[in-house]
Amino acid sequence: MSTSELTTPGLGGGLRDVLRSRFLLKLLVAKELKVRYRGSVLGILWSYVKPGVQFFVFWFALGVFLQMNRNTENYAIYLFSGIVLINFFNEALGNASRSVVGNGGLIKKIYLPRELFPVASVWVSAVHFLPQLLVLLVACLFAGWTPGVFQIFAAVAGFMIVALLATGLGLFFGAANVYFRDSENFVDMLLMIATWASPVLYTWIMVRDGLATVFSAGTASVLLVIYQANPLTIAVELFHFAFWLPTTSEITDPMIAAPPNLLDMWLPIGLATALLVTILGQWTFRRLEGRFAQEL
Amino acid sequence: MTTAIEVRGISKQFVLRHTRSIKEAFVWLVKGRKGDLSQKFHALDNVSLDVRQGESVALLGLNGSGKSTLLKHISGVMLPDSGTVRTRGRVAGLIEVGAGFHPDLSGRDNVYLNGAILGMTEQQIDDLFDSIVDFSEIGQFIDTEVKFYSSGMYLRLAFSVAVHTNPEVFLVDEILAVGDEPFQKKCIAKIMELAAAGKTLVVVSHDLDLVAQVCERGVLLEHGRIVMDAPVDEVVSRMRS
Repeated sequence: MSTSELTTPGLGGGLRDVLRSRFLLKLLVAKELKVRYRGSVLGILWSYVKPGVQFFVFWFALGVFLQMNRNTENYAIYLFSGIVLINFFNEALGNASRSVVGNGGLIKKIYLPRELFPVASVWVSAVHFLPQLLVLLVACLFAGWTPGVFQIFAAVAGFMIVALLATGLGLFFGAANVYFRDSENFVDMLLMIATWASPVLYTWIMVRDGLATVFSAGTASVLLVIYQANPLTIAVELFHFAFWLPTTSEITDPMIAAPPNLLDMWLPIGLATALLVTILGQWTFRRLEGRFAQEL
Repeated sequence: MTTAIEVRGISKQFVLRHTRSIKEAFVWLVKGRKGDLSQKFHALDNVSLDVRQGESVALLGLNGSGKSTLLKHISGVMLPDSGTVRTRGRVAGLIEVGAGFHPDLSGRDNVYLNGAILGMTEQQIDDLFDSIVDFSEIGQFIDTEVKFYSSGMYLRLAFSVAVHTNPEVFLVDEILAVGDEPFQKKCIAKIMELAAAGKTLVVVSHDLDLVAQVCERGVLLEHGRIVMDAPVDEVVSRMRS
């Protein structure tokens, strides 16, 4: 009858299996999108309302009250281009960390590539990211934005860095969460730090000058390099480069508007770090997934 | 005959008490590490089993004897601590039907989602969709959200998806008590039909009459060990004595 070989069940091929079960991934993403805003009047509009309100809160508090508007040209666009990217990261990582435990009922009963759940979470967040990107694009066009090849390249790279980083960390914390529910609380804390540890609300120049006033010159430059090596910092700066910088006029000094060596040095470093995190996350996930069914 | 399932000396230990908090671990340390922080127990103890292609096997035993755990190892949901499990061809479980159902999706969406979870391709589900709906007798309610279904309708649809997945090896765990009596008969007839078509069946059930009707071979488990492997009637009569 069947000529196929005897195989060991339950040993998956990791993220490659996710590629093979694209259809299931598509259905899981569609399910999440349908279920997310069920029973609410505004429905998918919440994906616009929440970041919109968040933007105005930050814009008033930082732009108007703390007078960031004066120091930074087009501060609204500067702020929003960073916020949308950080929102994507926060939602993707937050949901991916909870996805394995959340789908415990299924994982306990049926074997399927479990990487699907964190990956689907990141995918769903990417779908929610799109309308925000659209709003950003419209705002940029009003501010006189004309995209070039480098800008589009930088935006895609920034998105890739965040998506890979969220997938890798999501796999890691999602798997760890099965054993220690501390994991999801730790992630919540991490996400709070993420917003402030990258130049979303302020500019990198303030970091450079701030560090220089507190520390000696040597220490300050080391700390600045550490700060800039954060893949989220790189991704946010890439978004600033892509969306905010083209809308500025000659008042903004291009030498300090974007950190030096952004495209030729920091971009590859960011992508490589994010890729490494994904590989490490996948490796940890595979080591831990053997006992998911009994621990959930 | 070729082997469909090959289980070689698998053992599985479960931890009985999970201590996760720092507080409890600290108290345990201060008390001079008295006792074991986590007790273990053998759910499966050196179990070996070969199932030939086309065979229908009943796993029998009292509650907690390791039947479902063995089934989970065959499906790949659990991995053994020691020993190996190998299977040939696609294995699908009718393990707790409806595990992949989402209450807020319509019957139609759930058929696709559950079919994909059980390993069907988009093409297969498209082709079999009408047959799945027919078998479930859901009819016009297929586009209603599943949360409004009666429990019988829910199980019927879930069972219908599961029997249409068409794998080489079928794992059936305690789900033959589906719906009302006419539908139950239909389910059993469907399972017998699968067995007759040369599918390999592994059934876990406490319904001894039913098991004797569906299966040829019986395997009796006690405390995680196989204590008897014989034609199903003999095993059933031993359990009844």
